[in-house]
Amino acid sequence: MVKEVERAGIPVVHICTVTPISLTVGANRIVPAIAIPHPLGNPAMTAQEEKAIRRQIVEKALDALQTEVSGQTIF
Amino acid sequence: MGKLRVVHYINQFFANIGGEEKADFPAELRVGEVVGPGLAFKASFKDEAEIIATIVCGDSYFNENLETAKAQILEMVKAQNPDVFIAGPAFNAGRYGVACGTVADMVSSELGIPAITGMYEENPGADMFKNKVLTIATKNSAAGMRDAVAKMAPLALKLAKNEKIGASCEEGYMPNGVRVNFFEKERGSKRAVKMLLSKLSGKPFTTEYPMPSFDRVDPNPAVKDMAHARVALVTSGGIVPKGNPDHIESSSASHYGEYDISGVFDLTSDTYETAHGGYDPCYANQDADRVLPVDVLRDLEKEGKIGKLHEKFYTTTGNGTSVASSKAFAAEFSAKLKADGVDAVILTST
Amino acid sequence: MRLEMGHIHIKDIRFSEESKIVDGVLFVCEDEIRKIVLEDEKIKSVTFDIAKPGESTRITPVKDVIEPRVKVEGRGGIFPGVIAKVDTVGSGKTYALKGMAVVTAGRIVGFQEGIIDMSGPGADYTPFSKLINFVMVCEPEEGIEPHHYEQAVRLAGFRVAVRLGELAKELTPDETKVYETCGIKEGIEKYPDLPRVAYVHMLQSQGLLHDTYVYGVDAKKSLTTMMSPTEIMDGAIVSGNCVSACDKNTTYHHLNNPVIHDLFEEHGKTLNFVCHILTNENVYLADKMRSSDWTAKLCRMLDLDGVIVSQEGFGNPDTDLIMNCKKIEAEGVKTVIITDEYAGRDGKSQSLADADVAADAVVTGGNANQLIRLPKLDKVIGTLDYVTKIAGSSADAIMDDGSYEVELQVITGATNEMGFNCLSAR
Repeated sequence: MVKEVERAGIPVVHICTVTPISLTVGANRIVPAIAIPHPLGNPAMTAQEEKAIRRQIVEKALDALQTEVSGQTIF
Repeated sequence: MGKLRVVHYINQFFANIGGEEKADFPAELRVGEVVGPGLAFKASFKDEAEIIATIVCGDSYFNENLETAKAQILEMVKAQNPDVFIAGPAFNAGRYGVACGTVADMVSSELGIPAITGMYEENPGADMFKNKVLTIATKNSAAGMRDAVAKMAPLALKLAKNEKIGASCEEGYMPNGVRVNFFEKERGSKRAVKMLLSKLSGKPFTTEYPMPSFDRVDPNPAVKDMAHARVALVTSGGIVPKGNPDHIESSSASHYGEYDISGVFDLTSDTYETAHGGYDPCYANQDADRVLPVDVLRDLEKEGKIGKLHEKFYTTTGNGTSVASSKAFAAEFSAKLKADGVDAVILTST
Repeated sequence: MRLEMGHIHIKDIRFSEESKIVDGVLFVCEDEIRKIVLEDEKIKSVTFDIAKPGESTRITPVKDVIEPRVKVEGRGGIFPGVIAKVDTVGSGKTYALKGMAVVTAGRIVGFQEGIIDMSGPGADYTPFSKLINFVMVCEPEEGIEPHHYEQAVRLAGFRVAVRLGELAKELTPDETKVYETCGIKEGIEKYPDLPRVAYVHMLQSQGLLHDTYVYGVDAKKSLTTMMSPTEIMDGAIVSGNCVSACDKNTTYHHLNNPVIHDLFEEHGKTLNFVCHILTNENVYLADKMRSSDWTAKLCRMLDLDGVIVSQEGFGNPDTDLIMNCKKIEAEGVKTVIITDEYAGRDGKSQSLADADVAADAVVTGGNANQLIRLPKLDKVIGTLDYVTKIAGSSADAIMDDGSYEVELQVITGATNEMGFNCLSAR
């Protein structure tokens, strides 16, 4: 999917846990996530902590979108 | 029922016209004639099928007058309206192989008539056409004619009768990128032990699934002005409004969802859930923001860090969904995103 | 370690006043077995049924399939750490009831329970259509959490299988097979010229409803480790998972692990079967990296020449598989991997989520996306309520004539990645 969004001319960042798959399927901007069932959360944390860590990942994703890359990059 | 009707394509050499010096022989339709290798096919077909016409064309003529030759041959086949079209076999003759692949591909795609060919695996025509036309793997010279016909004739009959085609290793065609199930004689573990023993002793073995090569897309330029950018969310984690109104399948999704999140500031267990069947769903069902971070993006929108969170998000389940399906879904919604003026996409996967 | 396996062939199962095995016929006293199931207060009720090969019967939603066994001599008992006390198993003497299985079924908990058809086209794809199945359909108490219900049904299945196995304890087996492996040094001395081969067994461990237990330990909480290959024959590994039915390893698969049995066939002849390495398929990338690092490290430390790697499930576990393969090959140890494919209904898509050139020897259990038409059958054990919801099905799977058009994915054991079946693809 990520490659088709890129092909359509929209910069895209892929947030995912299994970054090797992301590399294999051809994402260019990749941000690692926490775990497969909760990529942007961690049930072991309080709701506040969890939101903070989610925000960190999303901010990292926004940074990635604002960074020029020449090939596949894991941020 | 009458006999199945076959049209056969061969070059000047196999029509006994001559070798290289006669390669400029123009395309010729011989109605009712069975020529050269056609005799072997005829014997193999017995009473089931008959060659109603043979098309003979010189290899140089074909390749040097490509468009004309193609048009002529297409007309000839169309007029005969056969149940199946056979080209070759071409063995290791390069230009003949390319011609066979070209005409067989043309006949099946433009006339909808099933077509097959046969050639040696190193024939340049094989790489060009094996994914488009069923191409029987033959030996590298005409000495392999009997063997080639023994595989091509039954496959041609199956195609003519519109029967199910087996896996490449059963039928003898070159692997064409279409995976077909079949039953082996031995169970998988036994095959694995044998394969390992061959690999350990340096003997040849054939993998049952050759690793693919992946295509790549160049990255788009970075977003210059995030504070005014429209950012959209997409997920393969199957986040859907509670109750899964569009019945997105838990696995092998047949469609994607498009949902409006105008006025939604937080995804809660009462409003959203996951339809994905490939991971433990309880965390996403408790709080879908863990997969689709709407809450955080709303905060960032309020703070002016991003221009706007796009009012629609797109979702499907990645679980067991084929690459071709996800590609088709993504191509479709990407066009919508582009049309809606989206500047950047955050795609989350589980 | 040396284990003698005695096979008792079961030719029929009948309900009776008393549970016993006479001349290959298993008589089951329903009241007795019901009591065993209802020991767990999370289960409200249970019904029993018998499904035989060739009958027009569909069992669904199937959770687990279990072969009854009993420990006759030697340490420990069947399902150590789960039913029997923790003790090292895999030596002495064990009897198994062959030709039959206990099948647990009941209301769905995830999306991923399966279908067993006893006849028709679906029967060709599941090994369990060839067995006489003693089916227990369990109903949970109101309001219990799905994963507690799943656990309750799983354990009830094991208790019943153990009880039925015990009926064979005093019998004389119809057939006996001996499985024996040796210590590291002993093996090198005994088979100096044979290649040293191990089995790398990837266990599904992606969390709730996707777990596997080794001596009762949740596999996701374990580092890569190893066992003697005979331990599984006493139930050292049990299934606790609901991944897609076609490629989940049921407890029956674990007890009868085909890679282990086929490696034993060659042991001492063409290869030296050194050990059984267990690794997991976790959801954190760091876990995947750590576990595959450890797998490769153990292969090197054991001075192996080759390994067979089997997978369970699909999608992100494809990465664990490829990581294992790549890292083990990098240690100079040759690999063959067993997987299955999700190549789309038309067979034209990429089969695996991950790939690497090191994976040059692959055995496939077939394309799980292939469609199959399952005709209406006369009898249903369980319920058809979920047939359109389980993984591999869809809302429009029901055809006008009452048949179902579904993917092979829904059939229990259809594309098994231990290589249990003959199904393959090209």
